[in-house]
Amino acid sequence: MSEHTTIPAPEVDENDVAGPSARPSAGPSARPVRDDRSLHERIWSRIFGRSERAAWMERPSPGLSVLKGLLIAVVTISIVVPMLVVVSTSFASSDQIRDAGGYVLFPTDPTLEAYRTIFKSPLVFRAIGVSAFITVVGTLLALFVTITMAYALSRPVLFGKPMLMAIIVTLFFSPGLIPMYLMVKQLHLLDTIWSLILPGLFAGFNFIVMRSFFMGIPKELLESAKIDGASDFTILLRIVLPLSKAVIAVIGLFYAVGFWNSFFNALLYINDQSLWPIQMILRSYVIQGSSMTADALGVSQAPPPQSIKMAVVVVALAPIVVVYPFLQKYFSKGVITGAIKG
Amino acid sequence: MSQTMPATAAEEEAIALQTQGGSSPSRRGRKNRRGRDGRAPRRPKDSIGVRLRRDWQMLVLMIPGVLCLLLFFYIPILGNVIAFQDYQPYLKITEAPYMAMQNFIDLFDDSRFFLALKNTLILAVVQLLLFFPVPIVLALVVDSMVTPRLRRAFQSIVYLPHFLSWVLVIALFQQMLGGAGFINKFLLTHGMEAIPFMTNPSTFPLLIALENVWKDAGWGMIIFLAALASIDASLYESAAADGAGRFRRAWHITLPGMRPVIVLLLILNLGSILTVGFEQFILQRDAVGADASEVLDTYAYYTGVIGGDWSMGAAAGLAKGVVGTILVLLANKFAHMLGEDGIYRGSAR
Repeated sequence: MSEHTTIPAPEVDENDVAGPSARPSAGPSARPVRDDRSLHERIWSRIFGRSERAAWMERPSPGLSVLKGLLIAVVTISIVVPMLVVVSTSFASSDQIRDAGGYVLFPTDPTLEAYRTIFKSPLVFRAIGVSAFITVVGTLLALFVTITMAYALSRPVLFGKPMLMAIIVTLFFSPGLIPMYLMVKQLHLLDTIWSLILPGLFAGFNFIVMRSFFMGIPKELLESAKIDGASDFTILLRIVLPLSKAVIAVIGLFYAVGFWNSFFNALLYINDQSLWPIQMILRSYVIQGSSMTADALGVSQAPPPQSIKMAVVVVALAPIVVVYPFLQKYFSKGVITGAIKG
Repeated sequence: MSQTMPATAAEEEAIALQTQGGSSPSRRGRKNRRGRDGRAPRRPKDSIGVRLRRDWQMLVLMIPGVLCLLLFFYIPILGNVIAFQDYQPYLKITEAPYMAMQNFIDLFDDSRFFLALKNTLILAVVQLLLFFPVPIVLALVVDSMVTPRLRRAFQSIVYLPHFLSWVLVIALFQQMLGGAGFINKFLLTHGMEAIPFMTNPSTFPLLIALENVWKDAGWGMIIFLAALASIDASLYESAAADGAGRFRRAWHITLPGMRPVIVLLLILNLGSILTVGFEQFILQRDAVGADASEVLDTYAYYTGVIGGDWSMGAAAGLAKGVVGTILVLLANKFAHMLGEDGIYRGSAR
C-alpha cells in the first residue's frame, strides 16, 4: 500500500464538494496524491478497483449503504448459491449426500461417478448430441438468414420498406401455436430434428440489432467499393462481414443459447424419445421426477438418483455458463445498448 | 416468427420496440418529408426495371429470410382460419366445413376457458405489481455503485439467469424450494415445518412472479441502465452545487430522465397482459394442478394439440391475439394522452 501514501499535498477535501472547483472525478489514470482513506476503504479498492465517486457526490448515509449492501448480497446469493449447490451435489459422493440429507455445499471427496453414469446412458448421450446438433447447425443457418436479410435491408433497396414492416409485425404478433403445429405437420417435419431448427431461424429482435449495426457502417466505404466494381455480394463478404465480427458473435451466441434451451418446440413437435434434446430429459427426470433407474439408463449399477439428477442439471447448465463470459464481453462493448438507444 | 428465446418475449419486444418506436418512425417521417419537398425534384425516382437490375443481388439476399417469414409466420397466420371451421386432421384446410363464429360461442360456454382467462389476468396483475419495479430498483442501485469492478461483477451475475432455459430455472427452484429441496430439508432438520412453496395453488402467482424476478429482473435492468446513462451528468453536478441532496436529485433529475422508458415498458406490459408465458406453466402443471396453472396458452395447447379439438384451440389463440392487439393499441393511445411517445409516434407530430 506504499504507493498510495506518497507526498502529502494540499488538496480539496473529499467532503468539501460544494464549489465547482472540486476535483474532477478521478479517472483510472489519475494517480492519487494523498490518501486519507481508512483501512477498510483501501482494502475495498484493492479488491474492486478505485472508486469513481464524482467529486460532488456525497457519501451515502450509513442506513442507505447497509440497505444497498443487503440488497446486493441477497440478489447475489440467490443466484450463486442454487448453482453452487447443484454443481457441488453432482460431484459429491453418495455417502456425503446421504449424511447431508440430499444437498451438499462443498463436496469433501469429489467423484465423477454421476457423470460417468449419465454419459454411459444412451438416452442422455443422444440428447446431448441432439442439442449440440441443433445448436451448431441452427446457429449457422440462423446467422446466414439474419445476416443476409439485415444487410439487404440496411441499404435503401427495392421493396425495402414493405419488407421491414413485414418483419416488424412479427415482433408484435405470433401466429399461435396450433397453426404453427399444423404448418410443421404440413411440411412433414413432425418428429424430425428439423422441426427444432427451421421455425427458429429468424428472430425479429436479432434482425433489428444486426441491421442497426450494419446501418452504422459508413456509407462512403460501401459506395467507394461499389465504384471500384464490387458487387453487393462481394461488399457483404469482403467489407461488411469483417467489420461486424462483434455483432455477429453476439447474435450468434443469442441464437445458440436459444437453440440449446429449446424445449417448447420439442414438446410440441417431437414424440420420439431418441430425438429429445437435453431440456426434455431435464424435464422428465428432474422436474417430473420419474426416477432415473439403472434400467432406463441402460447400465447395471447407478449411483444415488440425487447426484445423477444434479449432473443432468449441470450438463444443461454448463454450456451456457461457459459461453456466458464471451457474451458478457460484448455487453460492455455496448453492442446491445448501442442498438437499444437506436 | 417463433421466438428463439421463448420466455423473454416481453423484453425482446420491449427492446426492439424501443429501437423502433424511439427513432426509426420519426427518422422515416423526416426522410419522407425531405424526399417530397427537397430531394425529389433533384433526382427523379428510377423506374422499377432500373432498380431491379441495380438491386437484384440484394433481392437474392432477401430470399432465405422471406422463405422463413412465409413458412413460419405468414402462412401459419392464415392457418388461423381453422378457428372458423370444424377442422379435422384428415381433411384439407380448404375442405373443412365452415362454422362461422360457432367455435367462439362454444369457447364462451366453456368454464375452463374462463378459468384460464381468470388465471391469466390474476397472474399478469401480480406479475406487474411484483416484477415491474424490481429492474428499476436494481438499475438505480447499480447506477449508484461507484466502484466499477464491483459494478461489473454484479452485472455479470444478475444477467446470467436470463440465459437459462425455463426448464433449468424451474429445476433449480425445485431443488431449492421443493418439498425435498434444500430449504425444506434445512427447515426439517432444524425442527420446523416444511413450507410447500412449489405445490401450494393459492400462492402460485407469487411463485411465478418470484421465478420471473429471479430469471429476468437483472436483464430487464439493461434498458433502465441505458436510460440512466443517457442523463447528462452535469445536471447532477450543478444540482449538487446548488445544494440539492441525494433524494432531491433523484426526484428532480433521475426520475424525469427515466420516465419515458418506464411509461414505454408499462404500456408494453399492459398490452401483453394476456401473454404470461407458456413453458413456466406447463412445467409446473403437475406440481400445482391444472386449476391453478391453466392460462390461455396452455388452454389452447391442451384443447388443440392434446385434446384434438384443433379449431377450439385455434379459436382460443386467435381470441387472445386479437384482444392483445387491441390492448396494445389502447395502451399506446393512453400514453399519447399523457404526452408520452408510447411505442410509436402519432402521425400528426
